[in-house]
Amino acid sequence: MTFLNYLINGISLGSVYAIIALGYTMVYGIAKMLNFAHGDVIMIGAYISFVVTSKLGLPGIVSVLAAMVVCTALGIVIERLAYKPLRSAPSLAVLITAIGVSYFLQNTALLIWGSAPKYFTSVIKFESIKLFDGQLVITSEAIVTIAACIIIMIALTLFTGKSKMGKAMRAVSEDKGAAQLMGINVNTTISMTFAIGSALAAIAGILLCSAYPTLMPTTGSMPGIKAFTAAVFGGIGSIPGAMIGGLLMGIIEIFASAYMSTQLANAVVFSVLIIVLLVKPTGLLGKKISEKV
Amino acid sequence: MQKLLKKISPQTRSDFITYGIVIAAFVIIQLLGAAGLLTSSFSGLLVPICAYVVMAVSLNLTVGILGELSLGHAGFMSIGAFSGVVAAATMEATVASPLLRMIFAMIIGGVIAGGAGFVIGIPVLRLRGDYLAIVTLAFGEIIKNIINCIYIGYDAAGLHFAMAGLGDVQSAEALGLQGGKVIINGPVGAVGVQKLSTFPIGFALVMLTLIVVLNIKRSRTGRAIMAVRDNRIAAESVGISITRYKMTAFIISAALAGMAGVLFAMNYTSLIAGKFNIDTSILVLVFVVLGGMGNIRGSIIATVILYMLPEMLRGFDNLRMLIYAIVLIIVMLFTNSDGAKQFREKMKMKLEAKKKTKETGKGGEAA
Repeated sequence: MTFLNYLINGISLGSVYAIIALGYTMVYGIAKMLNFAHGDVIMIGAYISFVVTSKLGLPGIVSVLAAMVVCTALGIVIERLAYKPLRSAPSLAVLITAIGVSYFLQNTALLIWGSAPKYFTSVIKFESIKLFDGQLVITSEAIVTIAACIIIMIALTLFTGKSKMGKAMRAVSEDKGAAQLMGINVNTTISMTFAIGSALAAIAGILLCSAYPTLMPTTGSMPGIKAFTAAVFGGIGSIPGAMIGGLLMGIIEIFASAYMSTQLANAVVFSVLIIVLLVKPTGLLGKKISEKV
Repeated sequence: MQKLLKKISPQTRSDFITYGIVIAAFVIIQLLGAAGLLTSSFSGLLVPICAYVVMAVSLNLTVGILGELSLGHAGFMSIGAFSGVVAAATMEATVASPLLRMIFAMIIGGVIAGGAGFVIGIPVLRLRGDYLAIVTLAFGEIIKNIINCIYIGYDAAGLHFAMAGLGDVQSAEALGLQGGKVIINGPVGAVGVQKLSTFPIGFALVMLTLIVVLNIKRSRTGRAIMAVRDNRIAAESVGISITRYKMTAFIISAALAGMAGVLFAMNYTSLIAGKFNIDTSILVLVFVVLGGMGNIRGSIIATVILYMLPEMLRGFDNLRMLIYAIVLIIVMLFTNSDGAKQFREKMKMKLEAKKKTKETGKGGEAA
């Protein structure tokens, strides 16, 4: 029974990682950049939700919508101001700019909300499910997180596969120049990708803080880095890869801290990543790039 | 004298200018210190600045000269720092001179970090681009995590070692010390560190690093490393062993980072592994990129300015890191964006046009 409990915890944590990793992987696929500020968008999303529920006293669902709207706008503004001018710059310049944006968001949050941790009240209100005389407890947060993850996955697959915008995204990530020649508005498509990624980050932030309720300006960094590793783990640029990578990361992390050592959990997670990358250098579902001389 | 200067190649001259700047800065600071003009907060920054300069120059070897993005450089600093601390603590009774102890500690820290660079380099250097970057990041985190679990103590019987997560280790009591003292206390980090670092030692390490890195850059090895960076396939086809040269650069970079770690650690009485996390790696990477990839002098200047910037902004209190972030973004936008490039080209053209009209104007009159 404890095994099942850990497994459910792992899937739940992994679902959060997967939702964050989707944002990383979509942006990487289309703009070929590592958006280091993504983790901090998560934190901003959680803070917005916190303000709406605790300070304004509005219901949880309103706070989720508010956080999504703010983060979407934030994502678009960041892209326009900081990343768009650097589209033809070397990738390291973009990386450093992203780091600058990350510092900027963290310190803005520090100025507005202070450094003291806030207690985040879960937006999920219904009771946990107890099975087998209370031996197996499935928290309401876990149920909502896993459900949200599945819904987002299906929606995104349909969106990128069927909708016009989704097809445009795939085209731009394949070949920017050719896409432009076919009449696709590359700028709008990239903005849209950032918008979707940031909206997902808002959801992930709220789900993360509902399960682990301490909220600080640095809350987003570590999950951000882990989700980024998850995206690489699954093969960066691939949407199903991000999903699988995120889930595996979460499960491995929970199992490692439960069965091996709490202190060494992160070391185990990262070691698994290294081993996977050694066997499959472009991640689990990554495209194999053949080289022309 | 001028003839002699002309004989020296422009590269060598540029190297000597770099050495000259560092030596001049050292002499000026020493003189100011002797005159009592330095504030204590500024002199407190000197050793960390030296350590970070070494970090930036050594990372520049990996990122700028070898062309591989590393996000785990702080991991090597950490390995060097903690092994140096242990080495210095064990030598306390046998080696009386603090300077000698410091030098031994640095050598040991450098060698162990270099060894770690070799072990980590084997898997890391097989990967490319962003995948390589993420694996270095992962190694940095693993190192931090493992050092957080290590307990090391020293007594008459020698070194004692224990690790949380292996067996039933909860605290430093698991070491079973007979007298003696705890050197590394798990999550609490290194305690009771001897304060051996001084600014002259830091300066010496900076000079050593410069001599090593600049000479590698100008040597056959350096040219091979840069050939690998510029075109891997072309380099391989003229018989350059990719793995060997990548490994050489990576190990030297790691060893120097380890020595910087020892210098940094010996400046404080206690030290936690969390200090050397991804943020530190990124901080050093920012120094390297803003200073200019592959440009050693640029790394030094960028490190000094950027390390002092948050300190100088201390008056702004909460706003200082915000200002730092904005400065970072603006500098990157200004140096790399298309708009800024066009603006600079335009200004250049205008200046040239002005020069030309002046010249032709004069010429016209003469004719």
